[in-house]
Amino acid sequence: MSTVILLFATGLGLGAIYFLVASGLSLIYGLMGVLNFAHGVFLSLGAFLGWEVAQMIGSNTWAGFATSLVVGALAGAVFAAVTERFIVQRLYNRHIEQVLVTVGLALAAVALFDGIWGTDPEFIRGPQWLAQTTNIAGASIPNDVFVTISAALAVLLSIVLFLKKTRFGMVIRAGVENRSMVMALGIDVRTAFTLVFTIGGAAAGLGGVLASHYFGYVSPLLGQTLLLYAFIVTVIGGLGSLLGAAIASVLVALMQQFANFYLDGTGDFAVVVLLALVLLTKPSGLLGRRQV
Amino acid sequence: MTQVQSQEQVTTRSASKVGLLAPIVLIVVLALLPLLNVSVPGLLPGPTYTPGTLQLLALAMLMASLALSYHLLLGVAGLLSFGHALYFGAGVYGLGVVLEQWEIPLAPAMLVVFVGCVLLATALGAVSLRVTGIPFAMVTLAFAQAGSVLARRDPGALTGGEEGLSLNTGPVPDFLVSVSNTRNLYWLALVTVIVTYLVVRWVQSSRAGHVAEATRENELRVRVLGMSPYRVKLVIFVAAGSIAGAVGMVYLLLQSSAVPTVVSADFTISLLLMVVLGGVGSRWGAVAGAVIYTLLNQRLSTLASSDFVQGLPEIVQLPLSEPLFILGTLFVLVVLFLPGGIAGTTAALRTRYLNGRKTSEGE
Repeated sequence: MSTVILLFATGLGLGAIYFLVASGLSLIYGLMGVLNFAHGVFLSLGAFLGWEVAQMIGSNTWAGFATSLVVGALAGAVFAAVTERFIVQRLYNRHIEQVLVTVGLALAAVALFDGIWGTDPEFIRGPQWLAQTTNIAGASIPNDVFVTISAALAVLLSIVLFLKKTRFGMVIRAGVENRSMVMALGIDVRTAFTLVFTIGGAAAGLGGVLASHYFGYVSPLLGQTLLLYAFIVTVIGGLGSLLGAAIASVLVALMQQFANFYLDGTGDFAVVVLLALVLLTKPSGLLGRRQV
Repeated sequence: MTQVQSQEQVTTRSASKVGLLAPIVLIVVLALLPLLNVSVPGLLPGPTYTPGTLQLLALAMLMASLALSYHLLLGVAGLLSFGHALYFGAGVYGLGVVLEQWEIPLAPAMLVVFVGCVLLATALGAVSLRVTGIPFAMVTLAFAQAGSVLARRDPGALTGGEEGLSLNTGPVPDFLVSVSNTRNLYWLALVTVIVTYLVVRWVQSSRAGHVAEATRENELRVRVLGMSPYRVKLVIFVAAGSIAGAVGMVYLLLQSSAVPTVVSADFTISLLLMVVLGGVGSRWGAVAGAVIYTLLNQRLSTLASSDFVQGLPEIVQLPLSEPLFILGTLFVLVVLFLPGGIAGTTAALRTRYLNGRKTSEGE
């Protein structure tokens, strides 16, 4: 029983990280129709800069940890905003080309990170408490899982509030629903595009710092590995649906954890099989709308 | 009617003669290279008869064949696949495993693996093509990732994990083994790229190819005309996957080992880079893009360790010592500023030149 609880908790933690990456991807795709391959490098940059700053302040202090979260989110947001403004926006409405530039950007950025920080994973440590465990019903659960889950919930909540309560949020929701109608009404959707990229980048950067504590290391390929699962999550959840991404993140992560433990390390296959099943029965994903 | 035709023939005859002659001259020159002593400093590592140079040129030609198969997907059917490396990897690893485990002669082994690749492409293509556009890209990526994990995990000690699998040379004929026979492998690669080119041209000009092109432009219209876009796209997908598998087998003979990178998503992305660099939709563009990419990737690593770059200040030296940084940046610039790639840009320049000549003649 304690094993099941442990797997469930760590699965939720992993799902929280997937959600932090997938939420941005899903919003960007929903509004702009762009599959953002550079999303993983936003995450890696957040993780690296967060770690650099944490080291400066003192990696085992809470101040260092808190600052690294802020710096990670900021780094992701700035990188994403610059990418959108100067590269993606130049190829307005040419979806394949937009995908291609993000692919090129990801390639160049990963190579640059390789050059700056080296290709080997760098092992990191946070405040003492994060590395300890808490006993819940006989299972020793690592404390960083709780931090990760609460951060993801906070992000989910603030994105939902932003989308429901603010004017910009309304423009974004309307844009996902019917972009040409919003433009026809004379509303500047381009600001919304940059905004969506910035929000997604911030979530990914935050996810980068949390992921580096969850896995215990940072490396240039950290973001690329997570990006892949985030893609799968967004397809299963339904492209453009935030709630779908949240549900699918948890589903995919739990399945991966349990299959890895009980079915002899077959977690990755279980996820791909799940993807194939979803596509065969409901090609638009769990909560996705049919493409028009 | 006949008069119009003959007139057209007269005007196109000189053009088609050049169009036919140029590739033949190129093939003859390429076929003779291992017997000649030609040095291209900066571009090739040594004179053309040395094994190192022949190996690099053969690799470039195999990449060109692979880019041609990717051209069928992206350029003809308009399918953005991120999982093409899976079928190439299936050829590389499939042949390696069959030769290692069964020890049957090369020819039947290749046949078995080829059939396997066709079946794999058919099964996975049938599932992936249920979605189109960007979701299709993601699904193919996921399948390829499963293959990559499989190769790395080393199930049943078949694939050798991260270390890879080296070619069991026992069943392979002697003239295709050892460094001194690199020129035979070079000729094999040359034959591969020529055959691939002809096959791709044939697929493109077949009925399926035409319908696939029509589907790329307007799927709804094809459906209204009573044809099935799904089946046509599957045909193209299977053709591209099978070619990739076949090229993979030659690749194994050339490199004499199979490593997990040949199944990775990054490998597919490099194919995408080659095709886009060369110009989407152009066959010779795909070939040119692949050759340029392979040579650049190789030579930029040499440049990075050269004294010139090492002597530069760190802020300049750091990006210059990462070949993929340069290639990635180059790619972004091509997509932003030269949307037609190499082929599109040369065509545009030629039209401008011809138009300029015409107007000056008119004056």
